[in-house]
Amino acid sequence: MFSQQLINAVSLGSVYALFALGFTLIFGVLGVINLAHGAVFMLGSYIALLLVEQFSLPILPALLLAMVVSGLFAVLIDLLVLRPLRARNAPHLAPMIATIGVAILVTNIMQGLLGAEVKRFPVGTLPDESLGFGDLHITALQIGIVVISLLLMAGLWVMMKRTQLGRSLRAIAESPKAAALLGIPVESLFYFTSFLAGALGGAAGVLVGLSFNAISPFMGQPMLHKGIAVIILGGMGDIRGALIGGIFLGFAEVFSVAYISSDFRDAVAFGFLFLILLIKPSGLFGKILERKA
Amino acid sequence: MKTTIKYLVAAVATLSLNAYAADIKIGVAEALTGPAAKYGVSIKNGFTLASEEINAKGGVNGNKISLVIEDEQGKKEEAINVFKKLIFQDKVLMVFGPTLSNSAFAADPIAVAAKTVVFGTSNTASGLTDIGPYVFRNSVMEADVLPVVVKRAISEYKLKKVAVIYGNDDAFTKSGYDEFKKALEANKMPVTTTVTYAKGDVDFKAQLTKIKETNPDAIICSCLAEEAANIILQTRTLGMSQPFVGGNGFNSPKLFEISKHAADGTLMGSPWSAENATPANKAFIAAYKAKFNADPDQFAAQAYDAMNIVATALKKVTLGASLEADRQALFQALPKVQHAGATGKFTFVKAAGKDGKEAGYDAKQDAIVNIARNGKFVLLK
Repeated sequence: MFSQQLINAVSLGSVYALFALGFTLIFGVLGVINLAHGAVFMLGSYIALLLVEQFSLPILPALLLAMVVSGLFAVLIDLLVLRPLRARNAPHLAPMIATIGVAILVTNIMQGLLGAEVKRFPVGTLPDESLGFGDLHITALQIGIVVISLLLMAGLWVMMKRTQLGRSLRAIAESPKAAALLGIPVESLFYFTSFLAGALGGAAGVLVGLSFNAISPFMGQPMLHKGIAVIILGGMGDIRGALIGGIFLGFAEVFSVAYISSDFRDAVAFGFLFLILLIKPSGLFGKILERKA
Repeated sequence: MKTTIKYLVAAVATLSLNAYAADIKIGVAEALTGPAAKYGVSIKNGFTLASEEINAKGGVNGNKISLVIEDEQGKKEEAINVFKKLIFQDKVLMVFGPTLSNSAFAADPIAVAAKTVVFGTSNTASGLTDIGPYVFRNSVMEADVLPVVVKRAISEYKLKKVAVIYGNDDAFTKSGYDEFKKALEANKMPVTTTVTYAKGDVDFKAQLTKIKETNPDAIICSCLAEEAANIILQTRTLGMSQPFVGGNGFNSPKLFEISKHAADGTLMGSPWSAENATPANKAFIAAYKAKFNADPDQFAAQAYDAMNIVATALKKVTLGASLEADRQALFQALPKVQHAGATGKFTFVKAAGKDGKEAGYDAKQDAIVNIARNGKFVLLK
């Protein structure tokens, strides 16, 4: 069963990584811990559900549309909440607290509109059957999530390191003021980053909704907690860190269940996390944080 | 002059008559929003239906029942706030609720301290009525239902060994697990492994893989409906075909909405079944469908019965002295009620209590064992 647990760990880890990707991107560029990311994630899931259920759209276009809407929603958060705070030079914690408010608001609105019930995508949206290799079982979706997480991460990584856009974003991460002086359109790149992060969050929501059949207004909250742990572990704002941190948390959880005890799962997983942070306080790839400090 | 006085007397008499044919204010504190809302809304519907039926027949001794409904959101803190509001501010005669056992442990002491009857229709955790004499419930305890289910499961599936999964951070699923454990021990049933999960978990594959390794004949699951549905689906994804045995949490249409036919073969014990064809149950189901255009569930049935139980007690009571006296009178009358409603024959039984403290009243009622076939629960014959 070791190999089955290995598969379980990689697929769970990829889910965490996927969620953490957008989360860490916003922190890296905007310097904001966006606690509304869980709400964006939840919204993405609901939008895809709506498109599949009400408009009978196939899942792929529904996923893409949900990403666009989630992205636009994240831009809206930036426009209405984060930008006014930036303009007033609000202290570091203010945007974080403000995004908690956004998260609560959105969660309650969704709950009021659609109820607190857990919903699932209609049966047959994706093939349910798992592929069996002897005693090993894996669903097409699990493979899909792993591949999509890797692709998105690689894409983001290349964009950040190899393109002019990425150079501009990294310059902003270094210092928004200096970047603005160099003629980089800081505000519009903030919107762009928000859009990208929102779209990634929405995609994560759709994939999690698909694989666990648990779409609810509250689905963002537990994911947010894990997401924070993942990006702290990976190094705040680092894209590789989100992936490695996510996979690490997946492994820590699955293997503490498998070989220690499910009662101590979170204690073991977060204990490990703490140990790593003791050795490397800025996280596995935490350079940006050091530079920022 | 005399006629004027006569008129005045007559007028005062009518006034006071009106005042005496007053509403009987009954508080309802249920989770109408939040994750427990699926139970709370059903419960509210049950109360509404029963009280409207009672009022349509002229009320209780001429007094109409008026519900004061509050949302306790399935949260402890909110349940405490709502209980305080209902008891001290709205001055209700008694309180129904709250939805979850978790909240009941927090809020019921307030009612006990105020010497006000608190009547749970969905609280199945053991030890709840130990809080004090004013705590009543018509929800059958898991302690009474689960041994019946376990015994039936062993004979039905000829079980030799089982695995157990439960949520260890929730009063309801944890207490269900304790009862399952006792029932399994009583039947000397070997447990291959026991695994747990936490609230909010959606991926159970690590735990289920561990269960798979030990190859049990069945999986015992003390879980809420949505978690259970997801657990069943993921079990099948891992290539396991064992039947599930569940507690009260399984008793929700949600289980099949999410898991579809994957849950077939699941055994579950419940105090109520839509297939129970007694006249009282048939009448309840028809009335519920007519009013809400939806199928009732166990929680609606229990709430419906609870309201009728209270109405039966109130018939024997003369109200109107003072709030304290009225509350006391209801408290004295309630334990004597015998009722045959949608959930079948029902009486209260005084709880044993702990450490010599006076306890409240539990439900005495027979459990029904159901099996899932083609995406719904039917009576296991």
